[in-house]
Amino acid sequence: MIGSNLLRVASIATIASLAFGTITANAQSLIINEEELMITQAPAAAHLENLDEVFSGWIYRTKETQSLQLDDFDNPGMIFVDQALDEWAKVDGSAGKSCAACHTGGPAEFAGLRTVLPRWDDEAGAIQSMEDYINECRTERMQADAWKWSGTSMTAMTALISLESRGMPVNVVIDGPASDAWEQGKDIYYTRVGQLDMSCANCHENNYDTMIRADHLSQGQTNGFPVYRLKNAKLNSTHARFKGCMKNIRATPYKEGSDEFRALELYVASRGNGLSVEGASVRN
Amino acid sequence: MKRTAFLIIGATAAFAAMATAEITADDVVFDEYGSVAMSLTGVAGDAANGRDLFKNRKLGNCLACHKNTDLSDQAFQGEVGPSLDGVGDRWNEEELRGIVSNPKNTFEDTIMPAFYRTSGFFRTLEKFEGKSILSAQDVEDVIAYLQTLTE
Repeated sequence: MIGSNLLRVASIATIASLAFGTITANAQSLIINEEELMITQAPAAAHLENLDEVFSGWIYRTKETQSLQLDDFDNPGMIFVDQALDEWAKVDGSAGKSCAACHTGGPAEFAGLRTVLPRWDDEAGAIQSMEDYINECRTERMQADAWKWSGTSMTAMTALISLESRGMPVNVVIDGPASDAWEQGKDIYYTRVGQLDMSCANCHENNYDTMIRADHLSQGQTNGFPVYRLKNAKLNSTHARFKGCMKNIRATPYKEGSDEFRALELYVASRGNGLSVEGASVRN
Repeated sequence: MKRTAFLIIGATAAFAAMATAEITADDVVFDEYGSVAMSLTGVAGDAANGRDLFKNRKLGNCLACHKNTDLSDQAFQGEVGPSLDGVGDRWNEEELRGIVSNPKNTFEDTIMPAFYRTSGFFRTLEKFEGKSILSAQDVEDVIAYLQTLTE
């Protein structure tokens, strides 16, 4: 039952609080719809020099926020997944095609795809995010307009496709032709920017699991994207979140869909290799 | 008579110039431990105003990262940095001036922002370009307040 899941999370959290005096990052399990166990804690990948373990951001949310992800009927992100299913069947563009026209197996054709994105693409000669593939389909095969990177249609479609990989561990490739972009992403991750002069690492590597005012800092993992945020009541793309973070530290963000953000997306995704895809997740 | 008047005017002008002689952020002199000996403005800090700046989320926003029992009415105090209870016992005025102005001179890799620094940043948003988080007098006011936090 949903209720017993909630109770279980609540009681484990209580035990953790008693044991450690604060919210701890390792004693709760995320089981969706009473059957899908998410990997929310995993040993850090070998390329992660400064962390031993990685944690899904779900762990750091309040019980109330966490509970919204335990059942798809409670998850507000699923409303957008339903919208994407409608979009999937809708003909758009001058080629007279819908997604379903080519992808006859339905969204299930993309099971596992989310775990390996972004990735190096030989044909494009660049790192490609899921948004790139969706827009390539739209402009080239459907002869339709490209969607905005973080527009409602796009984030809904990335949620629908991510859902097919839910539970599977993130497993992006960082070597071979992807290595230059990965290094660039790593560089961005550790570079201080803006008037507040902070890097991603300052908060999400050196200070995760501490409170910054009312916010419980997470490791900034991307396994839950696209993320339904209570703050803006919509699905959010990884690049939109990067942008928000940069503005918070009074830095000029890179553009959504820029090579810099694709590189950062690859690097940050690789920091979460081993964690389950949760999209669409729920956060504050 | 005339001569005295001139002297008075001259002295007033000189005093006014001195009183507003603010050290620009680029000209602040830090010693080898990151302390700043000289007042940034020559005007004594106002601890009460410093307390307001400390809790103002758009200005000091110090509670984002630090706990402070003196402001226990403010909910959600951060824990990224150390508690500032008793900070006035641990650091003197010059050290506090240095830490608030630019803590990287005291703690090399700290996450703490420099509150009186206007250059050397990367990709700063245009509206903050060339600006410091706090003014010189704001810093003096904040450090006056910090010195009242004793145990």
